[in-house]
Amino acid sequence: MFKTAVIGDSASVSGFAALGLSVFCETEPERIAKLISRLAASDFAVIYITEPAAALVSDTINKYRSSRLPSIVLIPAIDGNTGDGMRAVHEAVEKAVGSDILN
Amino acid sequence: MARLNVNPTRMELSKLKKKLVSARRGHKLLKDKRDELMRQFMILIREDRELRSEVETAIGVANRYMAVAGSVMQREVLDTALMIPKQEVELEVGEKNVMSVYIPEFKPKFRTSDSSDIYSYGTAFTSIDLDGAVSALSEVFPKMIRLAEVEKACQLMADEIEKTRRRVNALEHIMIPDYEETIKYITMKLSENERSTTTSLMKVKDMVLKQKYDYQ
Repeated sequence: MFKTAVIGDSASVSGFAALGLSVFCETEPERIAKLISRLAASDFAVIYITEPAAALVSDTINKYRSSRLPSIVLIPAIDGNTGDGMRAVHEAVEKAVGSDILN
Repeated sequence: MARLNVNPTRMELSKLKKKLVSARRGHKLLKDKRDELMRQFMILIREDRELRSEVETAIGVANRYMAVAGSVMQREVLDTALMIPKQEVELEVGEKNVMSVYIPEFKPKFRTSDSSDIYSYGTAFTSIDLDGAVSALSEVFPKMIRLAEVEKACQLMADEIEKTRRRVNALEHIMIPDYEETIKYITMKLSENERSTTTSLMKVKDMVLKQKYDYQ
């Protein structure tokens, strides 16, 4: 059985605790990067990470882009949507098609 | 295009012809694979985009509730309320093969089946906005799982499409033209050799006839 994790600042992610997800409140880049590596190595299949937290550790997230597990998904933080998640979708299209044809 | 560095012999020629046939077949197959992957990718990416905007809106709503709850309640009380969850989620991970790209499938398993039984706190000391936040999040959660699935699939397929496209282009623009040019070169060289043998034989024949019968 696999588990689901949420990473971000405490105000953004504490609500997910009620759903039974494993919540990790981290804001330091090195600690987040280490945490992601640790979660990926253990039995976490899905990691939700807030956009500001993801922006700090984009290298680590890109590392897991081409591996089958875990699936790292960007979610908006409490102070609003930065659009990074949607940008990643458009980047995937650009990579596959050669140009962004979604618009 | 560069000619391959091979000896112009019949053996090399037949080898190259075989290679050309398999390169053409490989090219056709890879092209089909690329087209099909692209078709599947486009379906998935549209779903991804829709899901993402739905999930982002829903989380935005939940976050607004949460912000209000955080302002009317003390931080400690809020954290305590959410400290021991009633609900627990485990994921069953399957695998689906789409054109030899293995994409994961997640099936969530909840501990409590009743969706209203998720509030891990008494309502007396907590804000109603906290209830709103928790219920909004629990409503959108199945979509979030699907989003994780689709987003991973899109990433993996985008990688695979890029790889396949490179292979198709390498075959189409480098390997096949190279083979064709080398085959042409060997064929020319061989027929040139043949002509030169024929002419030298004619010359020898002339010389022999001249010696023997004094023909002109």
